[in-house]
Amino acid sequence: MNFKALTAIAALMVAAPALTFADPDNDTLTINGEEMVTKAPLPAHLEDSMLTEIMSGWHFRNDDTQAMQMDDFDNPGMLAVEDAAAAWDTVEGTAGKSCASCHENVEDSMKGVRAVYPKWNEKAGEVRTLAMQINNCRTENMGAEPYKYDSGPMAAMEALITVQSRGMPVDVAIDGPVADTWEKGKEIYYTRFGQLELSCASCHEQNYGNMIRADHLSQGQINGFPTYRLKNAKLNTVHGRFKGCVRDTRAETFSPGSPEFVALELYVASRGNGLSVEGPSVRN
Amino acid sequence: MADGAKPRVKAPKSASAGEVVTIKTLISHKMESGQRKNKDGSVIPRSIINRFTCEFNGTSVIDVKMEPAISTNPYFEFEAKIPESGDLKFTWYDDDGSVYEDVKTVQVG
Repeated sequence: MNFKALTAIAALMVAAPALTFADPDNDTLTINGEEMVTKAPLPAHLEDSMLTEIMSGWHFRNDDTQAMQMDDFDNPGMLAVEDAAAAWDTVEGTAGKSCASCHENVEDSMKGVRAVYPKWNEKAGEVRTLAMQINNCRTENMGAEPYKYDSGPMAAMEALITVQSRGMPVDVAIDGPVADTWEKGKEIYYTRFGQLELSCASCHEQNYGNMIRADHLSQGQINGFPTYRLKNAKLNTVHGRFKGCVRDTRAETFSPGSPEFVALELYVASRGNGLSVEGPSVRN
Repeated sequence: MADGAKPRVKAPKSASAGEVVTIKTLISHKMESGQRKNKDGSVIPRSIINRFTCEFNGTSVIDVKMEPAISTNPYFEFEAKIPESGDLKFTWYDDDGSVYEDVKTVQVG
């Protein structure tokens, strides 16, 4: 190898990090051979935002982490899905029922469910997240103890239900009876919290693709939740993640399951309308 | 037997003679290091998978000694040359003396 070649390589090594770190990549996500939509045109309500397209957080992770999500055998989140599949058939509570008693086969009955949640529940007159619906089923229909909102069993059950919709586009409604909640969620998204005075938008809309210390900021999409995080080696719920984010602004956080986080989940989910449901995804 | 220990293996069902195939294995196991303490301040006893082996028709393919620093749910991916039809036998050895096994048959032809 001559001197020129060495210089060229050295120049590349200097240039490469700048290129790879500044922007999300353009790889294609396939899970078990099925292609996912990880970049999509803006939903209508985001036309005035600073975004030009919406992007899954998968693009912001490094190749090794990305690869873990591409095959279910490599995805540690699938272990939780297996646990939840066992829980699905387990009779609990005073009514002597399991999930399967009413919903039978999870592959059929839960197909497409994740993609439209959070959604309006007519009977209860409220916006319900998937977690709220699971707990409502447990307390009202099974007579069982509710899961703690952001606990392991809850994340696992959400993952089991989510995986039945994998590859389907996120499609949450933002009008009609949910409009008020959606507006509230939007307000929270753009409100600065904490001693650092950061809103969700400060990082995930205005600075996605940039580094915040050692972290590569994504758009904060939640189409991949529940998410297996390498940092804590478990499945994480949306509200658990929100809590971590708000805490990092040095604010008192809302509680998982609070009306504020439900509203925020609805709004953030709607920012990902058009992306594939990816959960359980793998992130760092 | 440690709670929830369940072995999983992904290996091809067929191969051509002499083909090098990729094998993925994972065992769900909490891999308690023996360094941590519980709320009362007493040490949580060590409970890990300390050895993993793979044999093909009795010939050793891989033999791994594991130490407490290995994370939960140990995952191994390795390659093996398949000379003939036969059985891949996987064995995990637990600290508590339990042995977990799995066998995958590979057809050549």
